[in-house]
Amino acid sequence: MSARAETLLWLAQRISAMVLAVVVAVHIGTIIYAVQGGLSAQEIIGRVQGNTGWLAFYGVFVAAVAVHGPIGLRTILREMTPVPARLIDVAAAAFAVLLAWTGWQAAYGLYGFGGA
Amino acid sequence: MADMASMLDVSVWRGADEGRFVSYPVPRRENQTVLDVVTYVQRRLDATLAYRFSCRVGMCGSCAMTVNGVARWTCRTHVGRVAKDGRLRIAPLRNMPVIKDLSVDMAGFFAKAARAKGAFRPTADRTADFAVIAPDSPRRRRADAAIECIGCGVCYASCDVVTWNPDYLGPAALNRAWTLVNDERDGGNRERLAAVAGDAGCHACHSHQSCMERCPKHLNPTESIAGLKRATVLAALTGKL
Ligand code: HEM
Ligand code: SF4
Ligand code: SF4
Ligand code: FES
Repeated sequence: MSARAETLLWLAQRISAMVLAVVVAVHIGTIIYAVQGGLSAQEIIGRVQGNTGWLAFYGVFVAAVAVHGPIGLRTILREMTPVPARLIDVAAAAFAVLLAWTGWQAAYGLYGFGGA
Repeated sequence: MADMASMLDVSVWRGADEGRFVSYPVPRRENQTVLDVVTYVQRRLDATLAYRFSCRVGMCGSCAMTVNGVARWTCRTHVGRVAKDGRLRIAPLRNMPVIKDLSVDMAGFFAKAARAKGAFRPTADRTADFAVIAPDSPRRRRADAAIECIGCGVCYASCDVVTWNPDYLGPAALNRAWTLVNDERDGGNRERLAAVAGDAGCHACHSHQSCMERCPKHLNPTESIAGLKRATVLAALTGKL
């Protein structure tokens, strides 16, 4: 990959890390708040279902993870395994698509739960 | 039998990449450096021992070895500081091929300084007047902070990323590039930033700071590399990379 592409990947990982620092904190904060007095599927669905704010929040969360995780995985595989660089790029890209697809599907699924 | 207080138990690497440690008893002296110890072994005990030194005062950068597991300049490392129990284990530097015993092949290390465009690219010829650069200007300060490298290879031997990715330019070459990025008289930055960007360059650094921890000149290559990361990002975003 070109020096320019490598540099932009590096930048994308830092920006997504900054986004993650915020959304992970909100996510964990919400979990701690939500488990007070027990947790039920109904309660989660009640909060998230039909709520565009939460849909947008988790949409961004998934996007950041789909950018951040695969770039990091690519670095680790390159450093630690003899797998050819091209193959690692393809695997990392496939992993990004998988994370984005399953993540957004889950977020959208909860948003529209109950057949909205 | 020599008593323990007056003798050091020194084991020295003998061989090349394949080899073994050999034990030598060396008399303990006051203010003795690790280089003194190695010199004693070579002069008095085994003349076939190969090692390298020149200035003996911390200027030339040729005497670095691995001392009790840590890369150090041996001419300025006092035995009392590193061998409290009277034992020394002296090995060649990591991350470079061993030629013989304590001498490593530094050709690849220096080649990387060239690959990182570590040579000054003048913008003026000798008929030009002196360049006037304010000592307290930010670029001058950044160059000053990184300039005193003696090319000893201690940082390079201490960097795990070099071990994992032998192509990686490493802390010394990147630190050198950073001094030139900040040199107002230099005209080679476009090529230099392209040479140091990416996966074998500054973006491979994980900021472990082993280089900074071990540099005998107390330089901070990690900070220089962070500067290169920012400079290359700026170049990429403005279409100059
Ligand atoms: C609080 C949120 C997060 C922050 C601030 C953050 C920050 C960072 C930073 C700065 C790096 C680069 C390290 C380096 O190059 O040496 C990194 C690497 C990495 N991150 Fe994250 N991260 C976060 C969350 C995550 C999450 C949720 C995942 C899992 C999907 C993840 C997976 C990785 C991986 C696999 C690497 C590669 C390791 C490496 O390059 O050294 N991170 N992270
Ligand atoms: S900070 Fe970077 S260059 Fe220095 S030892 Fe760590 S990875 Fe190597
Ligand atoms: S940066 Fe420090 S440790 Fe590295 S070669 Fe220069 S003087 Fe030696
Ligand atoms: S002999 Fe010159 S730096 Fe040690």
